[in-house]
Amino acid sequence: MCGTDKKLGEIRALILVGGYGTRLRPLTLSRPKPLVEFANKPILLHQIEALVEAGVTQVILAVSYRAEDMEKELTEQVSKLGVSLTFSHETEPLGTAGPLALAKDLLSASPEPFFVLNSDVICDFPFKELARYHRSHGKEGTIVVTKVEEPSKYGVVIYKEDGQIENFVEKPQEFISNKINAGMYILNPSVLKRIELRPMSIEKEVFPFMAKDGELYAMDLQGFWMDVGQPKDFLTGMCLYLNSLRQKNSPLLFEGTCVVGNVIVDPSAKLGKGCRIGPNVTIGPDVVVEDGACIKRCTILRGATIRQHAWLEGCIVGWRSVVGRWVRMENCTVLGEDVIVKDELYVNGGQVLPHKSIALSVPEPQIIM
Amino acid sequence: MLKAVILIGGPQKGTRFRPLSLDIPKPLFPVAGLPLIQHHIEACVQLEECKEILIIGSYTVNLMQQFVSDMMKEYHVTIRYLQEFTPLGTAGGLYHFRDQIRAGDPAAFFLLNGDVCADFPLKELWKFHEEKGPNAVVTIMGTEATRQQSVHYGCMALSTDAAVTHYVEKPSTYVATLINCGAYVCAPTCFHIMAELFQKKQKNYYTTYVATLINCGAYVCAPTCFHIMAELFQKKQKSYYTGNGVHTPEYMSWEQDVLAPLAGTNKLFAMQVTNWWSQLKTAGSAIYANRHYLQLYRRRAPARLSLGPHLLPDVYIHPTATVDESAVIGPNVSIGAGVQVQAGVRIKESIILNNATIHEHALVMYSVVGQDATVGPWARVEGTPSDPDPDKPFAKMDNTPLFNADGRLNPSITILGAGVSVPAETILLNSIVLPHKQLTRSFKHEIIL
Repeated sequence: MCGTDKKLGEIRALILVGGYGTRLRPLTLSRPKPLVEFANKPILLHQIEALVEAGVTQVILAVSYRAEDMEKELTEQVSKLGVSLTFSHETEPLGTAGPLALAKDLLSASPEPFFVLNSDVICDFPFKELARYHRSHGKEGTIVVTKVEEPSKYGVVIYKEDGQIENFVEKPQEFISNKINAGMYILNPSVLKRIELRPMSIEKEVFPFMAKDGELYAMDLQGFWMDVGQPKDFLTGMCLYLNSLRQKNSPLLFEGTCVVGNVIVDPSAKLGKGCRIGPNVTIGPDVVVEDGACIKRCTILRGATIRQHAWLEGCIVGWRSVVGRWVRMENCTVLGEDVIVKDELYVNGGQVLPHKSIALSVPEPQIIM
Repeated sequence: MLKAVILIGGPQKGTRFRPLSLDIPKPLFPVAGLPLIQHHIEACVQLEECKEILIIGSYTVNLMQQFVSDMMKEYHVTIRYLQEFTPLGTAGGLYHFRDQIRAGDPAAFFLLNGDVCADFPLKELWKFHEEKGPNAVVTIMGTEATRQQSVHYGCMALSTDAAVTHYVEKPSTYVATLINCGAYVCAPTCFHIMAELFQKKQKNYYTTYVATLINCGAYVCAPTCFHIMAELFQKKQKSYYTGNGVHTPEYMSWEQDVLAPLAGTNKLFAMQVTNWWSQLKTAGSAIYANRHYLQLYRRRAPARLSLGPHLLPDVYIHPTATVDESAVIGPNVSIGAGVQVQAGVRIKESIILNNATIHEHALVMYSVVGQDATVGPWARVEGTPSDPDPDKPFAKMDNTPLFNADGRLNPSITILGAGVSVPAETILLNSIVLPHKQLTRSFKHEIIL
């Protein structure tokens, strides 16, 4: 472990980084999911920056896989933010509650409440407001809830007007609520008494009991929210994120002759002549977009090349991949690291594993090993 | 003196070539930049002795007239179009116009099917025929096919001196791998054989068929009589296409009524060639034929091939077409008159017909783009090649039906009919779009009416 020089009274946060990130394969075959860049920044950094903004000084990462990569890269980036990073290693996956028990010593070192969050969530993080609201009702825990269009796919949260949660209903068939658990909580250290050191689900084995005891409150999330744990949602989340940047008039958004709508482009990327980029595109560092390419609703990761006249919609192009001339890629195609798509091919919903060279079209969604 | 006859059929034929034949009569469909039968005409004019070319078909004269006069101007040879007014079969038309063919007393005439594409070795064929002496009535250009595919063609067995000892058209079981290419040298004596056949048929027609129709001319009919008539109509129509039914006595099939009986009489010969040859039945075979005719230009007419840093051989570009120099064209592409190809376009293995526009960054491959059609920016128009199996020697085009046994469209080249527009950024994959359709989205494996 590193960064153990914590001070009493500081605000802590635990991020559930967890497992292999299989849902975001083939990207996560090359990099642990929290390090995959979302809008040109590792997913985890979006969260850590928001926590720092809210006054958090110690972040505990509950990890079970590829911790070394993460330690190396994150420690360096995070040190600039003035926050200490602690890695809590699970030897076996402990679910969503077990990691809290594992980090019990760190979390109970002060009586101050701590934040807990799932690492796949992207939104306008409301940590300051969450801490304020939590203190105002004085109970053990507060969870952030967000509105969804199709609640029947999720577990919904039923709560009173004042925010006190009554119960949770898994995948309701009849409409009872459109609010779901957004994967962000603030909890008092006393909650740790409810958790054992074993694989345990916070949603199923902890929260329902807290609700029963009247100790759990809900806070409505304002603005967008997305679980970006799989490619389709990763792209949807990117659109929502870029849109929120637009609403904030963020200087991150790129303006230029070949750009349409909300686009971010790393300053080291090169854009050719006669391109059309956007809406909803992220271009990473050292990316080369050659003349006449058209890119819509895509994330192009570091060092990739999009060659002349290619047309891409709804794709994630992995690090250092090359998309050939006149290639058409669409329908949630994900290229892993260092993939080469030869000229003039059509790739429809292909999931291509790293270091692969594609010489034949993929007309129907398919995994290319 | 020699003559040539090109049989082009009529609009009722060549339905498998739709929708391309909806706008242009199939014989005039441009392959490698030239109307299909212009390649036949070019092969004929190679022989100085060939003084007249007769084109026989049932297309109306006004569809053919312009072409005929253009050809006369270009090749300085007499060309005439002779229209059949009733379908008379492959030999019926020939017999009907026998006086025109015999006029001027040619030593022989070439007979060419309009829907075959080949590197026609007419000089050799003529020499071969002459060497067989005055007894030779017809010499067939023959080529090797695979055992499996041979049954789709006229099959023949030869003696050691190249006399055809047996001839059968489209047998149901394997007969021989030597097939009829639809190109012949015929002595004028072939008309004697046809005359005999005609008289026999006429006799037969009046004694058996017409006799059954004589009655008093007053009837009571149940509406069900139409069912019977419909059945008869269908039977007739079918037999018309198979050539096996009751026809007017003038109806004659060249293959079944003339060639088959001539086999084994020492009057029918075949010259086996290894030159490139293919039928042009389906639209898919147009791309294949295009490639081979372009290849032939290398030897025969290199000036017709366009060269340039962005052109991958072989490419034909009509002088009136404009192609941006950033567009990459070829191999195997023919671009017609007045076509506009904009910046950053990629075209390969395709035929682009007159006045079509291909907008910036679009890609067209294994497709035929109809007259006046437009392909929007960043659109992708893609078909599936249907070339003969390159791993099998002597394999020919498989003229696969449009639909497979499951009722799904067989992957084939993509065809845009005349005036079709493909919107920006869409994909059109293995589809056929009928003329003048304005598409609004992507399509895959569909026929768009």
